[in-house]
Amino acid sequence: MLHTVNKSPFERANLDSCLRLARKGSAILLYEDGVYAAARHTTAAAKIEEAVKNVSVYVLGPDLAARAIDEDNVIDGVKVVDYGGFVDLVVEYGPVQAWL
Amino acid sequence: MEDELQDQFDVEGVKKRFMYVNRKAPYGTIYAQEVLESVLISAAFEQHAVVAFLDDGVYQIKKGQDTKAVNMKNFSPTFKIIEMEKEDADEDPDMDMEWRIVVEKESMEARGLTPEDFVVDVEVLSSPELGALMEEQDVILSG
Repeated sequence: MLHTVNKSPFERANLDSCLRLARKGSAILLYEDGVYAAARHTTAAAKIEEAVKNVSVYVLGPDLAARAIDEDNVIDGVKVVDYGGFVDLVVEYGPVQAWL
Repeated sequence: MEDELQDQFDVEGVKKRFMYVNRKAPYGTIYAQEVLESVLISAAFEQHAVVAFLDDGVYQIKKGQDTKAVNMKNFSPTFKIIEMEKEDADEDPDMDMEWRIVVEKESMEARGLTPEDFVVDVEVLSSPELGALMEEQDVILSG
C-alpha cells in the first residue's frame, strides 16, 4: 500500500504516525510540506534514513523545487518523482492512506 | 442506452472492505464529523468496515463530552449507532457485513486513556497490528 504525508515533520506528528504503522515493503510519498522530511541534516532526517531500509520512500519534485530544497540535498535512498510518478505509485501500490 | 446506464450504475452485490481512519480530535476541525458521516453511509450500503481511532482521534470516543457551553453538537453518542450496526452485523447471519471498532494502543496510552474511557466497546491493537489490518483493506478514508 501507499502512505502519503503532506505535513512538515517539525510541526506535526503525521510522519511519526505513518512510520509507526507502515509495514515492510509498502511505500511512502512525501509531498507539500511533507517534503521537508526528505532533506539531509535536519532533526527529522534520521527517521527517513531509518525508514528507507524497510519501505520505499518517494518525494514529489515540484514541491521540493517550490521550497528551495535541492534534489542533491535529498536523503540517500529517497526517490524523486513528478506528478505522473505520483499517479504511477497509486496504481502500483494502492490502496492509499493519506496522513492528513 | 438505458440498459447501458443500468449496467454502469448497477452496483448491487459490490462489497468492499473500508477502513475509516480517525486521527483528529472532535471539535477543533470538521474532519471527525465528516468521517463519521462516511461511516454511516457505508452502513447503508452494507459494506465491510473497520472504524479505527488513532492519534488525537481517540479523543472522539472519550466518555463525558459536554459541548453545551461551546454551542456545538456533541456527536459522540452517534458512535453508539456504529456499535449497534456492528452488533446487528455480528448477530444477523443473513447480513454479510463485518464491522470492527479498533483503537491503536500506543495512541490510547500516550493520552492516559484505557478502553473503559470510551463510549463504545473497542478492540485495542498495537501499531504493527493496525498497520497489517490497514493493508487488508480495499479502500481507506482518512481524516
